[in-house]
Amino acid sequence: MKTLLDMQPGQKAVVRKVHGEGNLRRRILDMGILRGAELEMIKRAPLGDPIEVKVRGYDLSLRQSESSLVEVEVLK
Amino acid sequence: MTKQALTIALAGNPNSGKTTLFNQLTGANQYIGNWPGVTVEKKEGKLKGHPQVIIQDLPGIYSLSANSLEERIASEQLTQHSPDAIINIVDGTNLERNLYLTMQILEMGIPTVVAINMADMLSRQGAKLDLDKLSKRLGCAVVGISALKGTHINELIAEALKVAKSGQAPKTLAYKKDFEKLLSDADAVLGSDLRKDQRRYWLSRALENPEPLNLKPVSLDKLSALVKAYEEKEDDDIQSLITFERYALIDQVVEGVRGGKAPDAVSTSDKIDRIVTNRWLALPIFVVVMTLVFGLSVWGAGPGTFLTDWVNDGLFGDIIPPAVESLLVNWGVADWLQSLILDGIIAGVGAVLGFLPQMIVLFLILAFLEGTGYMARVAFIMDRVFRRFGLSGKSFIPMLVGVGCSVPGIMASRTIEEERDRRMTVTVTSFIPCSAKLPIIALIAGALFGGAWWVAPSAYFLGIAAVIISGVILKKTKPFAGPPAPFVMELPPYRWPALGTVLRSVWERAWSFVRKAGTVILLSSIVIWVLSSLGWENGSFGMVEDVENGLMAKLGGAIAWIFRPLGFGNWRAAVATITGLVAKENVVSTYGILYGIGEVGEAGEEIWHLIARDFTAVSAYAFLIFNLICVPCFAAVGAIKREMNSARWTWFAIGYQTVFAYVLALVYYQLGTWMATGAFTVGTVFGILALVGLLYMIFRRQKDYQKPVASVAPAK
Repeated sequence: MKTLLDMQPGQKAVVRKVHGEGNLRRRILDMGILRGAELEMIKRAPLGDPIEVKVRGYDLSLRQSESSLVEVEVLK
Repeated sequence: MTKQALTIALAGNPNSGKTTLFNQLTGANQYIGNWPGVTVEKKEGKLKGHPQVIIQDLPGIYSLSANSLEERIASEQLTQHSPDAIINIVDGTNLERNLYLTMQILEMGIPTVVAINMADMLSRQGAKLDLDKLSKRLGCAVVGISALKGTHINELIAEALKVAKSGQAPKTLAYKKDFEKLLSDADAVLGSDLRKDQRRYWLSRALENPEPLNLKPVSLDKLSALVKAYEEKEDDDIQSLITFERYALIDQVVEGVRGGKAPDAVSTSDKIDRIVTNRWLALPIFVVVMTLVFGLSVWGAGPGTFLTDWVNDGLFGDIIPPAVESLLVNWGVADWLQSLILDGIIAGVGAVLGFLPQMIVLFLILAFLEGTGYMARVAFIMDRVFRRFGLSGKSFIPMLVGVGCSVPGIMASRTIEEERDRRMTVTVTSFIPCSAKLPIIALIAGALFGGAWWVAPSAYFLGIAAVIISGVILKKTKPFAGPPAPFVMELPPYRWPALGTVLRSVWERAWSFVRKAGTVILLSSIVIWVLSSLGWENGSFGMVEDVENGLMAKLGGAIAWIFRPLGFGNWRAAVATITGLVAKENVVSTYGILYGIGEVGEAGEEIWHLIARDFTAVSAYAFLIFNLICVPCFAAVGAIKREMNSARWTWFAIGYQTVFAYVLALVYYQLGTWMATGAFTVGTVFGILALVGLLYMIFRRQKDYQKPVASVAPAK
């Protein structure tokens, strides 16, 4: 299973499933990261964590622990 | 126009220009308070030109799922006190995500106008939105505005008033057939068990999480059976399915709405961000920005300090006191009243107001940085560091600001959404030495350490260590424990902030500071003056010539024992510490008065030899530790109270700061004395015990609040 965490800066992917539970999952879903959404990994923060992704035309930052909940299919 | 008052709620995403629009709609007629029971700021105002219409600014939120504090407040406000209309501001450059909130708002069935903001940005991008199409598809009025430029605001107001008066609900948007069937089935099952109005909104809440709705067990069972069947059919869980349906609807709504030029693949904001949060450049740029913030506000030769010095030495030194004095003398006012006004009120309030220019400069820079979107990047860059000791990247700002003054620092904690993190930040922010503590550091450094260079840096190091240690300790206690707050944070595009919004934010913060100086500090100045000027002298009670005979000296003598284990159990140190609780500027000046020298220089050079007599190197540093870490000052306590918005948490913060300061000073003094003199006393034992206790609190194992599965030893 590939997650957002495995993506390299510049790679694009489609979300397959968002794991996790409760508020955290709700929050990720509300922000537009859900099945079928396209996203692009932009960069990691200078200290390696959190990461920045582009989704639905805006930039979002997630911690590594959170991005490991987002299962993706990397696009070539 | 009706006579009856109308309420219009303003809802929208963070960074959608909501604050700017609110200012446009209300002008100067605003009231700021807190939402009941929580620390989130509540703003209301009268609509410009329509004084009978109240505009209510809801917290900036991404959804009405009622999970975060802000979402809970907003949804409660909309569901419990249903406004006459909602103005939903939507960032036109980021339609899809912004419309997610719109979908939920429209489900409520409250009359709604959607204001598409950033018309100016869009036209600069060469894009055009088909607002008619959007309005038809959303089933409610849509107005394109620019909150920043103030264009089409009147149109928006007219539309909002129209729907508010007519009470016309927006058209119901249909989800796909299967989902609509689920909704109507749920509707039938729940019947009168669920409230009738705002039905679609409540149905989706019930589908997703029926628990807080107090449904009858029978309907609950039927509902969960419905949900389960649907989940199985769609092969996903309901939470994700509902969100999916809303976004699917949004895709239909925005289809073909955006015309003109497609947005650049790499926007200007992206280009700026590539540099500002670049792997190698981010930290150096961050250091430069922070240096600038400091340089302009706190640093000795910066404009902020320059103005502050002028207010302190000029306005409240050479100008106001002599002027008031001659006025009072001319009027023949009694000596005691003159002394109360000059030495009590003007000296006390002036000492605090003196910081105002410095704070205004600081507020100005901060409001500017907030407006540009850089603050979110600071959190992004620093999160890794702060998470290690239980805080988040957003805790950095309050501490940074706290270097200038803890009051705005504590107020800056407002941007932290998570209540636990915010409380922790509010509690520890004042450990960072503020500018008012610098004279104390200079006094001790000059009197006991020959002005050694390392004393001042060690004070900052001590402050940072205190923050880190407290983070580790508090995170392991029950009220602060728990999974880390989500850091799913939008990084808004860089923008040039609106001047009006920046100035208003500066004004609001500065004014709340001035108000404090006029109330709490005025009162405490009077009390201190009374206590130090009244007492028994020559056998009778009255005004005293010598402060040593004043009530304050008696009070100091009575409580000096408390500080004996810390090495400064003399009444002067006790009194200086107590007056320091009012304002840290008092510590040095109190010493001046108590040694009978009167007015002393900023670092109290005149009394260094006297201080040196009363302290040892160890006890002096213990004094410094206690005064730096303990309760900051009345103004900061006021800010803590305002941000905590709870007496219990305010007392917790004060108590924690005091105990923590005491323990640190105790450990330092007792162990320091033992090492310096080799004398092992009862005090040393207490010092060691305190150190062991502290180390235990730091290193004890984190109690697991989610019970792990007990491992069972294999049976023989």
